Amino acid sequence: MSAITRAEVCCVAVAEAFRGDGERLANPIGIIPMIGGRLARETFEPDLVMTDGFAGFAANALPPGADPAGAVLEAWNPYAQMFSVLWNGRRHVMMGATQVDQFGNQNIACIGDWHQPRSQLLGFRGAPGNTINHTTSYWVPHHSAKVLVGAVDVVCGIGYDRAAALGTAGSRFHEIRRVITNLGVFDFETPDHRMRLRSFHPGVSIEEIVEATGFELSIPDELDESRLPTDDELRLIREVIDPDGQREREVPSA
Amino acid sequence: MAIPDKRTTEAEVVAELRSGMTIGVGGWGSRRKPMSLVREILRSDLRDLTIVSYGGPDVGLLCRAGKVRRVVSGFVSLDSIPLEPHYRMARQAGSIEATEYDEGMLLLALQAAAWRVPFLPTRAGLGSDLILLQPEILTVTSPYPTDDGTHEELVAVPALPLDVALIHMHRADRGGNGQFLNSDLYMDDIMAMAAARCFMSCEQIIDTTEFPSHGSYHTQRISRLMTTGVIERAGAAHFTECPPDYGRDEAFQKEYAATAKSDEAWDAFVEKYLNVSEEDYQTLVGAPA
Repeated sequence: MSAITRAEVCCVAVAEAFRGDGERLANPIGIIPMIGGRLARETFEPDLVMTDGFAGFAANALPPGADPAGAVLEAWNPYAQMFSVLWNGRRHVMMGATQVDQFGNQNIACIGDWHQPRSQLLGFRGAPGNTINHTTSYWVPHHSAKVLVGAVDVVCGIGYDRAAALGTAGSRFHEIRRVITNLGVFDFETPDHRMRLRSFHPGVSIEEIVEATGFELSIPDELDESRLPTDDELRLIREVIDPDGQREREVPSA
Repeated sequence: MAIPDKRTTEAEVVAELRSGMTIGVGGWGSRRKPMSLVREILRSDLRDLTIVSYGGPDVGLLCRAGKVRRVVSGFVSLDSIPLEPHYRMARQAGSIEATEYDEGMLLLALQAAAWRVPFLPTRAGLGSDLILLQPEILTVTSPYPTDDGTHEELVAVPALPLDVALIHMHRADRGGNGQFLNSDLYMDDIMAMAAARCFMSCEQIIDTTEFPSHGSYHTQRISRLMTTGVIERAGAAHFTECPPDYGRDEAFQKEYAATAKSDEAWDAFVEKYLNVSEEDYQTLVGAPA
């Protein structure tokens, strides 16, 4: 079997973010997030519910972007129903982030002043509703100090400081579980919920991560490399979930 | 069988519209948009419109053509091209006003209008810059205490009544009952009910008795209670997708997106595709007859 790639380590890190979620809608957005979510379901989280990328829940491990005609449909879930699911809370979404700060505030709306942005991006999309209603994680394929920033230009998805300011009633469903990047895995399991380095991917140094991060990371004394895929996970990634190697497009091998 | 005859044309519908109106456009991104009606607005002298949309090329085209004062959206995207280039340019130039909602909040704004209540409460938006940057969106305190005796604060999404909604269905009868045949109705039914008048284009007008041969009764989601007029226009949604009748015309969408590169490119696009009748447009793009 050929050498394990960075992209494959990222897939496993994504899968790990969904560990313990049980019968919940795992809703990863992006190529590696979709592969990782499906990997979790094929291995240690078999009860996860996942979409076909369109208006259905698919029971089978479709490759990312596959024609939904190949889905074994468990249930119909058009957009209006999706909002019901997310307000109901049985969902863990993994979104992208143009910017994310040390408390997990996320921006996908625009760069610059929102009133007349320097660069208009996606708008708020589902980020405010997602983060206040259920577990959210973020996927950052290009870790840099321009993405992991001291302050985001627009808070779309709310982080721990914004949630705390709302009090217990407002914030009781808020959880930012993980930030996974091409360099490492991050969480908020610190006393004041500042972002912490959880593991670094093989071949990446801690210095490299610190250098590429625009705020001070919490770095534990004891730190491990991100977990490698098992032989079974590698087979699933390469032969079943992503046989065309789309993961390389998002995190190319050096 | 008593069914009214609400058949009309794009031109007759647009003649009913006025500058300054609030117009909802159905569909989602670059999916099942009532584009023949949008094109007719582009050919008109309407302006200062407020466009409410899960936005796609409808928003971009109307912004670029100078028809828009305000866009109210959950996002504006061409799906296969994530960022709508003309909406981006309009926002970056400050040439339009924008209300940018969370996708779910926009649903609630339309639902509140449809149900004739002033707002609907939600947790979505709390703590985010969405409500800090748009101070016209207010919060409300729940009259009901939680278990610990506190009263929760929620976002009160204001009702967004529409003067007119424009939607596109696969099939309809002449009375204005509509049937969708793809996997998602989007918010078209809610938008229709949020509007004082809803005009619906469709790929094909069929006899009311024929609906079951096209799809199950679950697909008959637009009632004539919600519609004022119905237009038969094969290819109306072009270049957005309208499966199973046709997919998105990706090559055309790329050509459209490239018109953001220069005034010359836009002018050539207008000359070729918009300064022509809808019939000629359909012939030109080779959409299904």
